[in-house]
Amino acid sequence: MANADTTPVLELQGIGKEFGAIRALHGVDLQVQPGEVVGLMGDNGAGKSTLVKIIAGNFRPSHGEIRFAGSAVHFSRPVDARAVGIEVVYQDLALADNLTAAANVFLGRELKRKFGPIALLDHKAMAARALELFGELRSETRPDDLVKQMSGGQRQAVAIARTRLSNARLVMMDEPTAAISVRQVEQVLGLIHRLKEQGVAVMLISHRMPDVFAVCDRVIVMRRGEKRADKPIDQTSPEEVTALITGAKEAA
Amino acid sequence: MAMPMESPISFTNVGKIKWWQRGIFASQTGYVLLALAVLLVIMHFASPYFFTEGNMQNVAKNFSFIAVATLGVTFVIITGGIDLSVGSMMCFSAMITSMVMTELSAPGSPAGSLFVHMAADGKTVLANVPGLILLISILAGLGVALIAGLVNGFCIAVLGLSPFVTTLGMLSIVRGLGYVVSNGRGSFPGGPDADYFYAATSGDVLGVPVPFIYLMILALAMAVVLHHSAFGRHVFALGGNEKAAELTGIPVVRVKIEVYVICALAAGLQGIIISGWLGSAPANMATSYELNVIAAAVIGGANLAGGIGGPLGAIVGCVLLEVIRNGLVLAQVSSYWQQTLVGVIIILAVLVDRIRSRMS
Repeated sequence: MANADTTPVLELQGIGKEFGAIRALHGVDLQVQPGEVVGLMGDNGAGKSTLVKIIAGNFRPSHGEIRFAGSAVHFSRPVDARAVGIEVVYQDLALADNLTAAANVFLGRELKRKFGPIALLDHKAMAARALELFGELRSETRPDDLVKQMSGGQRQAVAIARTRLSNARLVMMDEPTAAISVRQVEQVLGLIHRLKEQGVAVMLISHRMPDVFAVCDRVIVMRRGEKRADKPIDQTSPEEVTALITGAKEAA
Repeated sequence: MAMPMESPISFTNVGKIKWWQRGIFASQTGYVLLALAVLLVIMHFASPYFFTEGNMQNVAKNFSFIAVATLGVTFVIITGGIDLSVGSMMCFSAMITSMVMTELSAPGSPAGSLFVHMAADGKTVLANVPGLILLISILAGLGVALIAGLVNGFCIAVLGLSPFVTTLGMLSIVRGLGYVVSNGRGSFPGGPDADYFYAATSGDVLGVPVPFIYLMILALAMAVVLHHSAFGRHVFALGGNEKAAELTGIPVVRVKIEVYVICALAAGLQGIIISGWLGSAPANMATSYELNVIAAAVIGGANLAGGIGGPLGAIVGCVLLEVIRNGLVLAQVSSYWQQTLVGVIIILAVLVDRIRSRMS
């Protein structure tokens, strides 16, 4: 799907970030094409989460430029990043257990109907749209079920449906497969494929090598705040990536 | 973006949750309501006086005296907070209301001369605009509650203090202020509008106590707000997962301040209603009522961990407490047993809920 002539959905040029005397990131360049699944790997402290937080608008970069769909962007808050079409699925999914799936999908952007001066929630429209989104993700999730009664895979579907609601063009997923069962991992990888089919770019931050090799088109390895490798998945191997992560191999 | 339209999902793996395992049937509120129904039947056989019109009016009135404040505190509990200052707030609002009323009704004073004049006989005080003094004094009472609620909300939401400590402090501050403004004596609603005041707080409409009518209106309003407005949804989200609420862009600080303001206003209104029934606002009024109010909310199914609760539960909790109190009196059991029994019921209600959620 990633043609050579399409503009990259995300382009970072020389991104660097310092926290006081600590250099967390240095000179990171990368591109993500629409419909591409990119794995972001690295050991703890390698700078993955700083990079993700910069893209998501939590931090401002000390150096460098972020271009989104061809134009330079400056995010001062996460809301700004969300406004252009960048969504993050957090590791703990950020779901309210005591609410229904539909309520979670629409949390913070509820559909309302006006009755004179009063705006009341439009439960029907929200449930219908949520069911549609779950259908697109091929997840057997009922909009009216409470999230606390759901399996890990269903929860992932709810969190991902939330990103589909805003028609996000880049979805970053932080360790989506870290704490769920084997069958549910299958479901989550399936969800990533669904996003890809719809032309959404996905950045998968993960420690789990098999998952990265199962869904990603490309893998980026970070080490000590720098990008050490950026290779199509079919030109590398788990062994090489492990060597790059640990530093046994400096760069590729 | 064009999406391939999938056929509707077929639920092969995921069964539908049975009706008795969802909604009210699976909630603490549900079986406390059931327990209440059983209790009412038992009371009917235990005492011939229980289901008399007079006693029912009495019960309706008595539980209305804490139920309005319970509605307010339920909002706070759903967000995962707590408000211990409701008892003091009841007293202070009631006191300010009756003091303002008395002050505005004194013909000699500078404020009073705007609102009242002497009748021709030189003794009777007449209001310039009937009802205006009542309105202003009630607004003054609610105004001080609003300010205290804002301070609570600011300390908790903006400064990040713990709700328990903040409202414990506010309990003491507001009670102390009540003693300061009244010199410890308490105050009485007076002046030409006092009759309206009594009618509006402890009167009847077609045999239904007025406080009960207020309670029903407020409970309905609360049900609509909680389940059919974005604000209500955010209140639940805040109690379910505060971090998620923040990440999804819910204005967490504003919602938190709003619930503490709502709670304080409900307590203030409750205090004003109680003072109408007592005929005065003594400085020690409603002492330790916060415990009854929180107990009623918790028995009715509000979860102190946040995320669960509602107006029906708040009312059921209040009714249960009142029926037990009333029943013990009718059964000629020493009223000293009441507190002990209330404590047992709090623990039982929460215990049964724990067992139920373990089993499912």
